[in-house]
Amino acid sequence: MIANLAFDFFSLILLTSAVMVVTSRNPVHAVLFLILAFINAAVLFLLAGAEFLAFILAIVYVGAVAVLFLFVVMMLDVDFAAWREGFQRYAPIGALVALVLFVELAVVVAGWTIAPAAPAARMFPTPDNVTNTVALGSLIYTSYLPLFQLSGIILLVAMIGAIVLTHRDRKRAKTQNLSAQHARRPEDTLVMVSAKLNEGATLPEKEIL
Amino acid sequence: MLVPLSHYLVVAGLLLVIGIFGIFMNRKNIIVILMSIELILLAANLNFVAFSGALHDMVGQVFTMFVLTVAAAESAIGLAILVIYFRNRGSIEVEDVTLMKG
Repeated sequence: MIANLAFDFFSLILLTSAVMVVTSRNPVHAVLFLILAFINAAVLFLLAGAEFLAFILAIVYVGAVAVLFLFVVMMLDVDFAAWREGFQRYAPIGALVALVLFVELAVVVAGWTIAPAAPAARMFPTPDNVTNTVALGSLIYTSYLPLFQLSGIILLVAMIGAIVLTHRDRKRAKTQNLSAQHARRPEDTLVMVSAKLNEGATLPEKEIL
Repeated sequence: MLVPLSHYLVVAGLLLVIGIFGIFMNRKNIIVILMSIELILLAANLNFVAFSGALHDMVGQVFTMFVLTVAAAESAIGLAILVIYFRNRGSIEVEDVTLMKG
C-alpha cells in the first residue's frame, strides 16, 4: 500500500520533470529538471529492488553526466531565444507521433501476459539471502566478466575520443620543444673566449642586445 | 515485487513517448535532443529493472548497467562533438549540419 503510494508520487514527479525537460525555455532549467527526473527514477529502481543501480544512477548520472550537460550548456554562449524557433511548427507532428506511439504501446501492455514457461527460463535467479550489490557483483565478475571488461574499454574509448575531439593546441603556451632540445649542439650556443687582463671578453655579435 | 509490473510498464512507456516528443519539439536545440535520448534510455532501463524484479532474474539489472555505460559514453562523445561544432560554426542548430558534408 505505502509502496504503491510512493510509486505513484515519485513517478508523477518523474513524468512531470521529463515534460519540463523537453518543454522548458531555458536549457539550464532543462538540465536541472533532468537531474530531478534521474533522482526520481532512482527511487523507482529502489522500489523494484535494484538498490545498487539506484545509487549508480544517482551518483554517476546526477554526479557526472548531468553536470557535464550543465557545463556544456553554460559554456556555449548561445542565443536562448533563437532555440525556441520552430517550437510551434513542430509541436503538432511531434504530438501526433507521440500519440500514435503511446497508443501502440498501450495496446501492447493491455494484451500482455507472462508466459508460464518464463520463470523456468531464468538464467540467474535473484538470490534471497544476499544483498543486491553482492548478487550483482557475483554475477558481473564471473559470468559477465568479458562484457564488463568490454564496457570498460567502451568508456576508455569514449574518454580518449572526447579529449581528442575537444583538445586544441594553444600557440601561446610555453611548452617544451623536444626536437629542438635534442638537436642542440655545443657549438651552436657555446663560444670559448680567452679574456685579456683588464679588458674582459667581448661578447659575440649575436649576444649583444 | 511491491508494485505491480504493469505500473512500471505504463510509466516507462510514458517516459519513452515524452523523450520522442522532445526530439520532435526541439529541432534547433541539439542539447535538448541529447537529453531526450537520455530520457528514452532511462525508460528502457526502467523496463529492464522492472522485469528483473518481477521475474526474480538478475540479468536485467546486469544489462541495465551496460546500458548505463553506453549511455554515458554516448553523451560524452555527443557533447564533445557539439563543443567542436560550436567552436567552428558559432551555432548548434541541427538544420545547419547538412552543410557539413565533404
